Amino acid sequence: MSRHLKSREALLLLAIVVMTGAIALRFPAFIAPLNLIGTFTDTSPLIILALGEMVVILCRCIDLSVAANLALAGMIAAMLDVAGVPLPLIILAAVAAGALVGAINGVLVWKLDIPPIVVTLGTMTIARGMIFVLSGGKWINDQALSGAFKGFPRAVVLGLPVLAWIAIAVVLVFVVLIRATPLGRAFFAVGGNPNAAVYTGIDVGRTQFWAFTLSGALAGLAGYLWISRYAVAYVDIANGFELDVVAACVIGGISIAGGAGSVAGAFLGALFLGITKNALPVIGVSPFWQMAISGAAILAAVAINARESRRPGRIILKSVEQTALEART
Amino acid sequence: MTALPPATSLSHAETDAANAPPVLALDGIGKSFPGVRALDGVALELYPGEVTALVGENGAGKSTIVKILTGIYQPDGGTIRLDGQEVRFPSAADAARAGVTAIHQETVLFDELTVAENIFLGHAPRGPLGLIDWRKMRQEAGAILTRIGASLDPGAKLSDLGIASKHLVAIARALSIDARVVIMDEPTAALSHKEIHELYALVDRLKAEGKAILFISHKFDEIFRIADRWTVFRDGRHVGSGRMRDVTEAQLVQMMVGRAVDQIFPERTPAPGPRVMQVEGLSHPTEFDDVTFDLHEGEILGFYGLVGAGRSELMQCLFGISRPSAGACRIGEVDLAARGAAGAIGQAIGQGIVYVPEDRGKQGAIKGLPIFQNVTLPSLGRTSRSGFLRLAEEFALARTYCERLDLRAASLDQDIANLSGGNQQKVVIAKWLATKPRVIILDEPTKGIDIGSKAAVHAFMAELAAEGLAVIMVSSEIPEIMGMSDRAIVMREGRIAARLDRAEMSPEVLVRAAAGIAADAKAAPLATEEPA
Repeated sequence: MSRHLKSREALLLLAIVVMTGAIALRFPAFIAPLNLIGTFTDTSPLIILALGEMVVILCRCIDLSVAANLALAGMIAAMLDVAGVPLPLIILAAVAAGALVGAINGVLVWKLDIPPIVVTLGTMTIARGMIFVLSGGKWINDQALSGAFKGFPRAVVLGLPVLAWIAIAVVLVFVVLIRATPLGRAFFAVGGNPNAAVYTGIDVGRTQFWAFTLSGALAGLAGYLWISRYAVAYVDIANGFELDVVAACVIGGISIAGGAGSVAGAFLGALFLGITKNALPVIGVSPFWQMAISGAAILAAVAINARESRRPGRIILKSVEQTALEART
Repeated sequence: MTALPPATSLSHAETDAANAPPVLALDGIGKSFPGVRALDGVALELYPGEVTALVGENGAGKSTIVKILTGIYQPDGGTIRLDGQEVRFPSAADAARAGVTAIHQETVLFDELTVAENIFLGHAPRGPLGLIDWRKMRQEAGAILTRIGASLDPGAKLSDLGIASKHLVAIARALSIDARVVIMDEPTAALSHKEIHELYALVDRLKAEGKAILFISHKFDEIFRIADRWTVFRDGRHVGSGRMRDVTEAQLVQMMVGRAVDQIFPERTPAPGPRVMQVEGLSHPTEFDDVTFDLHEGEILGFYGLVGAGRSELMQCLFGISRPSAGACRIGEVDLAARGAAGAIGQAIGQGIVYVPEDRGKQGAIKGLPIFQNVTLPSLGRTSRSGFLRLAEEFALARTYCERLDLRAASLDQDIANLSGGNQQKVVIAKWLATKPRVIILDEPTKGIDIGSKAAVHAFMAELAAEGLAVIMVSSEIPEIMGMSDRAIVMREGRIAARLDRAEMSPEVLVRAAAGIAADAKAAPLATEEPA
């Protein structure tokens, strides 16, 4: 939103370019166009989920149910495909199923005032359980899925797979949502100062509800895309992926305290994580080190954010008592 | 005329006290905050076995002196003597160690701990291994509770107790650290009639034990019931001290209000127009009851009262933040009291009521959003088209109002967090003016800002009224009420205690009505309801 955030996004972009360049020095094949496209396509579900997570985090909430929601919507999509439902309906159903789980999260946070971390931890577990109930614990394999189901995200249009185009489309929609709609503005107001938002006539709970519903709908969409791309559906799909999603947001400068962040940040954060994950195996780093490196990137991002927000002049209008208390320390 | 005062017999404690030196003596204490001189060379003496009442208006410096006594603030100058020895309280723990303890209006205790744990927190009896000796702690807690005549279970969780019982726990805690000075900051504010009398009995017991008690209260009846001495502060200065038996209510009020501070208020010729808002019998389950008043275009209506009189709660209800339990609030043809909870604030804004809250940091500015977006937040309906924001329109709207308020900012695209406090406040006011309101409610508009900014805010209020806006000003400052309002309503304990025209206002009348001192002719409660 403001100048220093933009500069942070520039910094992240620079980091991505430097990292890619450094890898390319040793492994020129990494920046072959096909490989870059492949990396971007691999990262697309993460980008889609990160944008949904972003609006939730902007509202001072968190959605831990995204990965389980993705897996549930994906399983529903796969089962509908096995039952012979046409593809457009399947995609619609996946998005609707995801949105429903998101809306349940939202209602629980809005109406019952339960902390979001507790709500989504609960729905996360429920969603995984539902997959088991629906599928009876069975896998739905490559052979069971129809050609159209698997082919759609992989179809190449103008040199890019549809999956990548969908991610780009979601990014563009979010740019408009955040920059040009009252709801997008409300996300920032609610997270930036919920008290003031109330006094301005913004319904904080309702805004949070929409954030969760959006996040859920995107998880549903990503669910179909994931299952069709990997051509398998089972209970543990994308297990633990919610942490990657939150990490992408944090690396992208979405403040966990709410009210600060940008679409570009979430996008670049996801891209950074995606490139790291794709590059480390290429340069021969073990998966365990990959996790450590991802973790280090998160901590570095948080440390940078924390320093940003401590800049002098940020806390203004403090009460007389605060001033006095600070003067003593 | 040396007859004994009938209220307090010459008990053993008092005869002793009459000659005893003060336990605690403060002299020349000063304390400044940026832009505010909270205390200016005040003196205060507390004697063993006696209750000293500290009396003063809001903002007289009572809370500041309590914080200095309990080690939360450090004075800029002056001396504190304990038994004649000069002492300093660099921290709250030091004050507690010296035997000074405070019982606050809202008790500062821990809800999730037991009564015994609360009493002994920080100085629990230890067993041989340095571990807490629970049995001993419970026994000692029980003993102290018995001593103050409280029938509480030391093992009970604090969250299960009422406010009165929590006060008892706070007092027991004071005794457990062998306090010699007990400060009670409006201890009866939240108590029922019966509980108040139990508290009085307890105060008598503490006196008998030789404690020096500082009793802060706005209620004159209780001051005269339990205090032995009085001290009056006004505007951070010490006005006088003495014995209760030598003073009258009228004299105390006189000292509290003094003469109005010399402060320049804008000249205005009020020309009230037609009625814009009509509030009738508006009630709230807990905060206020049966409030009726009219509001006209172009007038400034002041709301005076003590902190906790229900003024802010009333305003928040008018604005839709809380729901009334009965009554009506008509603006034009619409009864805002009949609206549902959802979207109530949006409706109020739609009808042209806006509320500028007292705590502008917490409730006003939204950090992280640029200035212009802060301004347009409640006006997005007007600046957007078919559901899409138009940034250029927003910018233009924000510029209009920011220029009008003479906002000093490099760019309207700048994060509001980078502005100074005064400028943030301007943005918050610009935000509300941009909604083109008919009624603007300003809650303590000049609290915590320096004299220069105050004058600017006052001039601006006069300008708004001259343009035909109806202004409601909630203020706890008598000069401001008298200097700015065309009419004033005084609230006390959630009810309207007096309605005053400009000519009827005087500091004495306002204070008497707010404190509920037996009314004389000038401040007859519910004096005259203007013709509707």
